[in-house]
Amino acid sequence: MNETNLLPPKFEAWFASRGWSPRAHQLALLEHGLAGRSVLLIAPTGAGKTLAGFLPSLVDLAARPKWKPGTRRRGVHTLYISPLKALAVDIERNLETPVGGIGLDIAIETRTGDTSASRRQRQKLIPPDILLTTPEQLALLLAARDAETFFEDLKTVVLDELHALVTSKRGDLLALGLSRLRAIAPGIRTVGLSATVAEPDELRAWLVPQTSGEPLSLSEVVTVAGGAQPDIRIFEADESIPWAGHSARYAYEGLLAEIDRRRMTLIFVNTRSQAEMVFSELWRLNDANLPIALHHGSLDVGQRRKVEAAMADGRLRAVVATSTLDLGIDWGDVDLVIHIGAPKGASRLAQRVGRANHRMDEPSTALLVPANRFEVLECQAALDANYIGAQDTPPIRDGALDVLAQHVLGRAVAGPFRADDFYAEVASAYSYRHLDRERFDRVVDLVATGGYALRAYERYAKIKLTADGTWRLTHPRFAQAYRLNVGTIIESPMLKVRLGGKARGRGPVMGGRLLGEVEEYFCEQMKVGDTFLFAGEVLRFEGMRETEVIVSRARSSDPRIPVYAGGKFPLSTFLAASVRKMLSDPSSWHKLPTPVRDWLELQRDHSLLPRPDELLVETFPHRGRYFLALYPFEGRLAHQTLGMLLTRRLERFGQKPLGFIATDYVIGVWCAADVGAAFVRGEPTLSRLLEPDMLGDDLEAWMAESYLLKRMFKSCAMIAGLVEKNAIGAQKTGRQVTVSTDLIYDVLREHQPDHVLLEAAWADASSGLLDLGRLSDMLSRINGRIVHKRLDRISPLAVPIMLEIGGERVAGEADEDVLRQAADEIIREAMA
Amino acid sequence: MTALREKQGDDDVLTAGGLVNLNGAAVRFDASGVLHWPEERLLVVADLHFEKGSSHGVRGRFVPPYDTRATLRALAEVIGRLRPERVIALGDSFHDGDAEARLAPADLEALSALVGSVDWTWVAGNHDPSPPAGLGGRPVAEIVIGPLVFRHEPRPGRALGEVAGHLHPAAKVGRTRSVRRRAFVCDGSRCLLPAFGAYTGGLNVMDAAFKGLFERSRLIAWMLSDGRVYPVRSAEFLPD
Repeated sequence: MNETNLLPPKFEAWFASRGWSPRAHQLALLEHGLAGRSVLLIAPTGAGKTLAGFLPSLVDLAARPKWKPGTRRRGVHTLYISPLKALAVDIERNLETPVGGIGLDIAIETRTGDTSASRRQRQKLIPPDILLTTPEQLALLLAARDAETFFEDLKTVVLDELHALVTSKRGDLLALGLSRLRAIAPGIRTVGLSATVAEPDELRAWLVPQTSGEPLSLSEVVTVAGGAQPDIRIFEADESIPWAGHSARYAYEGLLAEIDRRRMTLIFVNTRSQAEMVFSELWRLNDANLPIALHHGSLDVGQRRKVEAAMADGRLRAVVATSTLDLGIDWGDVDLVIHIGAPKGASRLAQRVGRANHRMDEPSTALLVPANRFEVLECQAALDANYIGAQDTPPIRDGALDVLAQHVLGRAVAGPFRADDFYAEVASAYSYRHLDRERFDRVVDLVATGGYALRAYERYAKIKLTADGTWRLTHPRFAQAYRLNVGTIIESPMLKVRLGGKARGRGPVMGGRLLGEVEEYFCEQMKVGDTFLFAGEVLRFEGMRETEVIVSRARSSDPRIPVYAGGKFPLSTFLAASVRKMLSDPSSWHKLPTPVRDWLELQRDHSLLPRPDELLVETFPHRGRYFLALYPFEGRLAHQTLGMLLTRRLERFGQKPLGFIATDYVIGVWCAADVGAAFVRGEPTLSRLLEPDMLGDDLEAWMAESYLLKRMFKSCAMIAGLVEKNAIGAQKTGRQVTVSTDLIYDVLREHQPDHVLLEAAWADASSGLLDLGRLSDMLSRINGRIVHKRLDRISPLAVPIMLEIGGERVAGEADEDVLRQAADEIIREAMA
Repeated sequence: MTALREKQGDDDVLTAGGLVNLNGAAVRFDASGVLHWPEERLLVVADLHFEKGSSHGVRGRFVPPYDTRATLRALAEVIGRLRPERVIALGDSFHDGDAEARLAPADLEALSALVGSVDWTWVAGNHDPSPPAGLGGRPVAEIVIGPLVFRHEPRPGRALGEVAGHLHPAAKVGRTRSVRRRAFVCDGSRCLLPAFGAYTGGLNVMDAAFKGLFERSRLIAWMLSDGRVYPVRSAEFLPD
């Protein structure tokens, strides 16, 4: 079949006029689209994904007869949903070219949190043909009384950056929204646009409705092979690569030279604080005054827009950025991407490298800058992954119950519903296919009266089962509360940072410019006079006024308050496996820089290198203490949890653990007793110590004391609407009219431990901060494969963790010196 | 926190055996948050706020309705341990006028048993100006025993021997990491008790509401944490 026949002449002429011919995947999507089939498009950045996703809608809309005045208004034809507002705006701009060029009369509009009230109202009266929006806005649209007429003509839902959306609670919200859309407009088809992923079938299943008890239904899939191979190198400096730390300061001179050679460079880092640090350090060395800017999520929106505009105009030579610039937004002519620190996941790397040369036919150029020796291994692993096209994303977990609670209230806000129908609708969503009816009913009960065994709130119920068998909202004020609190992004409270004067007498002088926002907890530890790095400047803390932090410009150039500089994201499972493999296979070491190769060879001679399926545990004395170093390479979160549990168990076995530290690669524990000797005697044996059963009672006991679950519970309680993020006129008085969620948590845990929100909090902790799934996989993997090496001194592989123990939380200019001095001594010992 | 305990020795409000000299009466600040006067076999508890949880239901905020149960359990525990003859509930025992009606039957029964087991006095508070009818115990506006006067709300300015609640005092201290806890605040002549109820928060002693109530140089906050009491001088206090 000649596929181009699918393309109307107008469209063909437009392609021809630009000297293009439609790409094969664009035509494939058109064919699926015109046949009404849902489809997943997997393509690298720059493959023309957007046009491919919209082409069937444009063709369909072009053939639709014009609306005649006096007839019924038509609802939205195509809905586009992206994780970022900015992306929606960007797509609107990108669609203008084909729509204008072909001469189509199609209304395309965005609807985001920034859309004005009058425009929202007009969109309700005259819906655009194509609406570009976010998951939260979709939830709001669905909770409106006119949702059914607004969406009844819907044909297509385009979901952009699907791989990034589906693994979060926002993905759950979207999955539920999609199931609602299917109930309103049963014929709709979905189009998922995704970067390359390891498990495309998960996304294919996510896109279509599922029936419980039956095999998974899958959407069609169209895969575009990668374009030109990216040119990625690991940065090599003349100086040796640091043993530990996260600053990568050794590389800055060389990086400035690279920036100078290019038109436009994007520098990615993993955290906001790292961005601040890199930015200020680069400027310290920037003798040529290259225009370098900073871009991260805590900066003031105005400031961010300015940077984006300057980038688009080509007025900048480099931008230091965090994940706010991560997703597929087009910002001008980037010809080099620098990634500082390890990428933590091959998918993230691919995404970021894709930012360079947004055209498929030219290779992207990227430079990886490992900040320490383990990161060299990780960068090399990521680099190999990118070449072989292997990708990793976290698996899609079961949908969160707190998000479901929010959706239940939203459903009632839209109008009365029957529990049977609604349950079937929810369970058809891929993320909620495991949800049983009993749990669903408990969530409905949670929304109605809080879900307590003690029925204290029957007469205040938010939703009630009425005589006709439908659940109904009991009061319109709950609809208002729903609208104010929709969404799943619960951040730690943010405080505005305002430039003021120095504190004199009573308090800070007010009235300066707004610099951005910081997390509340960051300010809690500060005293007047403390200095910290923000918005590229060293600022002096002058005090707090309501929700504002007042600061002045500090004279000194070294901030006093250190900030955690490590990665926010843990090492991905996929990269961890690659690093373990590389470590055990000397034939792969030729790719590594000489100092790193030497380091691994020394480790082989002094201790040993574990096989990929083994866990190496080293014990050695150092300065009167006994150290235990484990090398699981399972990421910081899983290590943190393991460290907590391990110290508890060592305590019980009388080994007097004094502390531990966890990085993405290693766990170091130090004890007052000779723990190595204890292992040799078998009191306990290492396999007993690391038994998978530690995830039972020990975990339970630890969690009871931990603040972690309280934090999880708080966000679940907010998402589920048990407590409100935002209430009209809410103002906390000193004696706290509102009850703190910590108190609620304690009381609930004692009196109703099986409450559905505690279950939700536990699920979050297991998959999130505790990374229990990964820890449990690891414990069963290494069961019976633990090798103990008892040494009389530090091993080469243990040097980085020993330096972290000495140097954790040290930041600013001093840290490299401190580390260097400490390092010299420890390294001498290890290499002797 | 260990440094704080060492300071106890040189303090003139302290007498032997962990007793505090409060306007001539030797009292103890119990880690549970009750004031104990061993000589009089008296126990004082402030701001129980029974049924505070369920009071939120009206606005659709369904906080777990188990706070009364938790508060009662803690109170029964301390009464069992200290075996007082008299108990004074220092006002705001019930979160609102409707609270008694909302008590779950089991909680009502437990509370009646507790009130019946000792000589019980209900001091009136702003949340519960008229004390509950059917529970037993003696309702008063305020009550004087020896050198001490027990009332709900502290009088403005200095007041010798006053023991009050109402403000829910809490203190925040710490250098690199701060800790905020409920606390007794006392300057040797007046004492404010922390709120005892399970859902009651705390008001920082640096707040303007405490202004003029204490002689600052002698002011100590007895912070409650993990079953212990930590006395802290006012110089260490941090604002929120």
